[in-house]
Amino acid sequence: MISRRDFLQTSMAAAALYGGSGFGNWARVAAQQSLTQDKLLEFDTFGNVSLIHVTDIHAQLKPIYFREPSVNIGVGDNKGAVPHVTGADFRKLYGIDDGSPSAYALTYDDFASLGKAYGKVGGLDRVSTVINAIRADRPDALLLDGGDTWHGSYTCYHTQGQDMVNVMNALKPDAMTFHWEFTLGSDRVNEIVEGLPFAALGQNIFDAEWDEPTELFPPYKFFERGGVKIAVIGQAFPYMPIANPGWMFPEYSFGIRDERMQEMVDEVRAQGAELVVCLSHNGFDVDKQMAGKVTGIDVILSGHTHDALPEPVLVGETIIVASGSNGKFVSRVDLDVRDGRMMGFRHKLIPIFSDVITPDAAVTKVIDEQRAPYADALAEVIGKTADDQTLYRRGNFNGTWDDLICDALISERDADIALSPGVRWGPSILPGQDITREDIWNVTSMSYGQAYRTEMTGEFLHVVLEDVADNLFNPDPYYQQGGDMVRVGGLGYRIDVTKPQGDRITEMTLLKTGEMIDPAKTYQIAGWASVNEGTEGPQIWDVVEAHIAKQGTISLDPNNSVTVVGT
Amino acid sequence: MELTRRNAILLGASALLVAGLPIHATASTDDAIAAFTGGAEVGEGDITLTAPEIAENGNTVPIEVSSETAVEIMVLATGNPTPAVATFKFGKLAASRSASTRIRLAGTQDVVAIAKLEDGSFVQATSAVKVTIGGCGG
Repeated sequence: MISRRDFLQTSMAAAALYGGSGFGNWARVAAQQSLTQDKLLEFDTFGNVSLIHVTDIHAQLKPIYFREPSVNIGVGDNKGAVPHVTGADFRKLYGIDDGSPSAYALTYDDFASLGKAYGKVGGLDRVSTVINAIRADRPDALLLDGGDTWHGSYTCYHTQGQDMVNVMNALKPDAMTFHWEFTLGSDRVNEIVEGLPFAALGQNIFDAEWDEPTELFPPYKFFERGGVKIAVIGQAFPYMPIANPGWMFPEYSFGIRDERMQEMVDEVRAQGAELVVCLSHNGFDVDKQMAGKVTGIDVILSGHTHDALPEPVLVGETIIVASGSNGKFVSRVDLDVRDGRMMGFRHKLIPIFSDVITPDAAVTKVIDEQRAPYADALAEVIGKTADDQTLYRRGNFNGTWDDLICDALISERDADIALSPGVRWGPSILPGQDITREDIWNVTSMSYGQAYRTEMTGEFLHVVLEDVADNLFNPDPYYQQGGDMVRVGGLGYRIDVTKPQGDRITEMTLLKTGEMIDPAKTYQIAGWASVNEGTEGPQIWDVVEAHIAKQGTISLDPNNSVTVVGT
Repeated sequence: MELTRRNAILLGASALLVAGLPIHATASTDDAIAAFTGGAEVGEGDITLTAPEIAENGNTVPIEVSSETAVEIMVLATGNPTPAVATFKFGKLAASRSASTRIRLAGTQDVVAIAKLEDGSFVQATSAVKVTIGGCGG
């Protein structure tokens, strides 16, 4: 008898052979100069259940440019493993031609020239067209939102997430889980969730006082689709009160809680679930580890770490699907569920090429309604990029957007050293492109954006860098928080990612003097996005806007101040 | 049941003071274990310690210990100035041999639970709990 794992491996092999993930097709359509909506959506409907996954949209309603990372280091057992593969290695792994649409969508090389050729990506009206097309094939397909939806733009900030709630409601999701949503503050989150027309799930969202499950966020929901009883279990971001300001949502506690995840899987199986889907905001490496510990999950729809993977990763009998960020991709997963078990799948990571996919006019209208009250403020041009300057963020260490933000902090706040959070959201700007106020907010907007100025000793600065580095490079994924390294301005250092906490960061240098950082000496530090309550200072978007306005045209020196070893 | 973890409340500003580099076990941890076991060998088995991987607040970290057959369970925070946390005793009629409490951790360290079982043997479970400054979530 063929085991279930054999079936799943057959599905994996089919994906690789026939381009079930769509990648073979992309290369061909590029060669034929015929990148069309029909080709992007081409999919032989399979099995009896379809899942549609979107995640980490970060309030990007309109098409944007988004450059994938050049540096994404895996440590421990994940060294060199997907998703810690970038650029040419990524293209080789998935058989992607240089310069092809898939190379543009999934890797960073030649980003500026490919961006000019292939155009912007995303836009929730285009996402809606893709969802509608899948629903035309399979009317009862489940749409699942992995969270980080109500955060990340000018309009989202000013409407406290209402713009995203209104537009997502038009897309009609079936369930959602959470992360940055909680930085709206627990009162606002509770208010929105109480009115949501779909399930708000999180088996790991607990009441902090009593350390017990909440009523507002149930662990799972059952759906009956294609004659199959499906349980969707939510898994919110585990480290919210640590990575984000816990004082904004003191009533809630999180954590991985994989033992409860197992209890929930057992519970839904006992209630007759034939398919168990985990809608997760764990981050990819945490999901891989959880899939190895918790048995009985068929599909993990993975979010948080913003990875876009053309094929699922198989761990035991669980497939893990990663669907990118910022509205750039939609994953379609068709499943064959028979005799109470998932026996095979077909998957496609659909890139949202904005110029190729026709917007859904009904959703365009909803989006425009949200933006109309702010149209003038959004569109105001503050500066532009030089003809050879791309602005981007993604990557384990500084991106050019981060360099610009750190420059702004040092000059506007008169500091020796700048610190900027290693978040993974924020669209890119091509060379020679206007920088609008909306663009600045897209990389800075948050509910705790105060730009602080403080003194730190060299010793404490080292502790800070070591602490953040361990959140990224701890060899056990359960101790990782899924962000990137804190970005620094005015400071150089060497990092050995293989060392334990306390020994990774050496050769810290104050760039303006070239001197080594003295542990006993005090330095002026400017930063933003502190998790501490009562942080004072101007909002970071105002600091960055003032700096860009003074510069006019943005041209940055290459940043070689961080030396990375052990990769 | 596997080794499991639970989490607590918010990260206060005070966490900045306790965060830092891992704290290593002190000699008094070894002394406390020796006093509890009388020097007997400590194995693995019927003892479950539940603690968070990363504490949401190092000042109040929820932990839980349980065992089917323990008569006594000692909990140690190996990196605290005073490692002894609590020793729970269970009688023959105890319906459930488990206990939960919240403990303060002086920094990233191992929390250890050692159970004395009905047969007189000793078993141990260890859980590393990280106390971090936080910030910078993706």
